[in-house]
Amino acid sequence: MASKSNFTNMVVVLTSICLVCAAILGFVYSVTAEPIRQAEVAKINNAIASVVPEFNNNPSEEVFEVDGAQVYPAKMDTTVVGYAVKIKTSSFGGPMQMMVGFDNAGNIYNTSVISHADTPGLGAKMTDNNIKLRTELVGINPASVNLSVKKDGGDIDAITAATITSRSFLKGVDLAYQVFLKVQSQN
Amino acid sequence: MISDGIIKNNPTFVLVLGMCPTLGTTTSAINGMGMGLATTFVLILSNIVISSVAKIIPDKVRIPSYIVIIASFVTILQLLFQAYLPSLYETLGLFIPLIVVNCIVLGRAEAFANKHSVCDSALDGIGTGLGFTIALTVLGCVRELLGSGSFFGLKLIEGDGMLAFILAPGAFIALAYLMVIFRKVTGKKA
Repeated sequence: MASKSNFTNMVVVLTSICLVCAAILGFVYSVTAEPIRQAEVAKINNAIASVVPEFNNNPSEEVFEVDGAQVYPAKMDTTVVGYAVKIKTSSFGGPMQMMVGFDNAGNIYNTSVISHADTPGLGAKMTDNNIKLRTELVGINPASVNLSVKKDGGDIDAITAATITSRSFLKGVDLAYQVFLKVQSQN
Repeated sequence: MISDGIIKNNPTFVLVLGMCPTLGTTTSAINGMGMGLATTFVLILSNIVISSVAKIIPDKVRIPSYIVIIASFVTILQLLFQAYLPSLYETLGLFIPLIVVNCIVLGRAEAFANKHSVCDSALDGIGTGLGFTIALTVLGCVRELLGSGSFFGLKLIEGDGMLAFILAPGAFIALAYLMVIFRKVTGKKA
């Protein structure tokens, strides 16, 4: 069975187990660091592609920061066709990152959720492109619409049983719109 | 030995261990299956390692040692998911680190792996893991069918089903019924 528990024994065994585990973990971490980074970059690029009109530049290379949010300009040749704004906010279960794309007319082209910590089946539904919360935002102009859930007197349908997440989502869209207005006024 | 883990000692329906991830990740069939397979991965590896080093670990520090070993495997799993299966990583999210404190993993290490050979422990890990995975997949199917009217993501009805089944109360209810059915089907083995 297990060996006697004298002090030296315990310290030596525990320390060696910790050292071996730490070494193996460090190795796995270094091996997976690059694929993880690439997966993150791919996620951002996919998010950008899904929220702005067709472009042929590389928005990630022309990113600039406004009020703590990253703005990715999408260009067709040299004309700007839209801006994708990456917003970091917090939702029900923790921090949330989303991408909101605007076209030149100031309309929301589309939205995309990059990461979140919400409950699967509830708040996590916001990643579904077909729910009302998402589809009702496509093509609308935030200047002419009340960007809050109907429960709060607004015009947008919330996710059933996930009101807090819906509110956070719309707040993120509003923040992105403020950033977009700032960018537009600077051009 | 493998069938023991699936039927006689099924961790979910008989031993009633690991309830937290069971209730939390079975909102859909694919989530349940993913969680079950991830736990099985950790179970098999930790059983093998713990049964190999059980003899040299002093009795008084065996629990901390097992936890460090289990936690390392879960972290490796998490890093591998993050790098190569990012979509599954997003869905399982917070529940992956919770595998460390899943009672099944530590329970099998303490009740079986440290007393048996590496081969037997591996088989026990496979059996218990499969039992857990099957239980979670079935529970996930039931909750997904009743709660969102879909089967492995394939929507069968328009709109929502009985939403209670995606939430906590439905999880408990569904699990209770499945437990009763399981006991009846496998005969009352004490």
